Amino acid sequence: MNTTVVNTGTEEKTWGGGNKPLNASYGKMMMWFFILSDALTFCGFLAAYGFSRFKFPEIWPIADDVFTHVPFIHGNYPMIFVAFMTFILIMSSVTMVLAVDAGHQMNKAKVTIYMFLTIIGGLTFLGSQAYEWTTFIKGEYGAVTTNGGNIIQFVDADGNRVALKDFAIGQPVERTQHLSKNGLWFNKENGLPSYTIDEVVAGFEANKDLLVKTTYSDENGHKTILSRAASLQELKTKGKGVVEGANLIHNEYGPPLFANYFFFITGFHGFHVSIGVLLNIIIFFNVILGTYEKRGSYEMVEKVGLYWHFVDLVWVFVFTFFYLV
Amino acid sequence: MAHAHKLEIFRGLVKFKSNTQKIWGVLILLSIITMVEVILGIYKPEMLMGHIVGMKILNWIFIILTLVKAYYITWDFMHMRDETAALRRMVVWTTVFLISYLLFILLQEGGYVGSVISNGFMKHDF
Repeated sequence: MNTTVVNTGTEEKTWGGGNKPLNASYGKMMMWFFILSDALTFCGFLAAYGFSRFKFPEIWPIADDVFTHVPFIHGNYPMIFVAFMTFILIMSSVTMVLAVDAGHQMNKAKVTIYMFLTIIGGLTFLGSQAYEWTTFIKGEYGAVTTNGGNIIQFVDADGNRVALKDFAIGQPVERTQHLSKNGLWFNKENGLPSYTIDEVVAGFEANKDLLVKTTYSDENGHKTILSRAASLQELKTKGKGVVEGANLIHNEYGPPLFANYFFFITGFHGFHVSIGVLLNIIIFFNVILGTYEKRGSYEMVEKVGLYWHFVDLVWVFVFTFFYLV
Repeated sequence: MAHAHKLEIFRGLVKFKSNTQKIWGVLILLSIITMVEVILGIYKPEMLMGHIVGMKILNWIFIILTLVKAYYITWDFMHMRDETAALRRMVVWTTVFLISYLLFILLQEGGYVGSVISNGFMKHDF
């Protein structure tokens, strides 16, 4: 492993730097120290997430109610897609470590194939994450926000979620979206939701079997569903506006913090994956060009491999704390 | 090039013939752990819903399984098993100490702020 290490000519003297107590090259050790500091950054994010969950234990959304989509299939399938993403990332970690192993044997053809597979795995993961984000941002059912910033969701008598579009009753309204071309040029507002709060309330009153699902969990960890009378009162006294999908200001799943952490942590992780794919592509072309063959060592593959495994490692924790716990 | 790979996991209970075999072995282990997590996460068995040290048993299982996965990714995929003890301790102990410290102070504080909100005279639902 020491073939790429630049010798300083003082190897014989211990205090001249000749002794190598860690038996690792400079580059590899620095990669480890970078990973250490990056692990602390991610820990900061996840610990902040934990802080907010401990602060709002009973109003935090349940992940199984939020991440339920699988591409091309309709229905309610919690966990399946995230498990698939985890598997993709672990798989690409395996091809990476196989590339490192082939590099130790100086087998250029094998390194090329395994690096290629690793890149494909990384891109698949990024694509999956794009899908995950899209469905999260678009939302499915819609909800009503309360004056206090909580969320009111709607269920039928069996406890299944009901989308706003299935029961809201259209009413004549004069509210129009304020565009920058009207009035002050710098003043505009974001797109209005498809329904107003009055339309939702009217629809709720007309459909006798609808109930309200509050933000609060009961002692079994399920969200509380109110009786019909309490539902009506809850909606009329606390309901403030309609929210569809998610952004940084509000979301239909629960407190705004939930979506903020989701975007921030999975976004930061996705950013790391993109950087990893980029590095892998650079290494891939270097392998093809024979750079490492000439250098006589594939240690560069190993160093980038360390980073790639770290990205996988972080995802294991994100998976647990965002989707499982 | 002579590379000394340690080819055994579970403290020598399972030994592999080559490094490649070990990699596939670890993949199988990680996949099994992930599948167990997913199955537990979907079915949420009622017997694991009790609380131990302030958290559901199920959540403790998830966290322990995650740490097991992290161990095998670091030790076998990142070759921590083959590094010198000094490098290993420098990286692992530093991380473990700082992360435990940060988790402790933030979660402690989060729980306290939460108790002030729920037990104090504060109304945030109106």
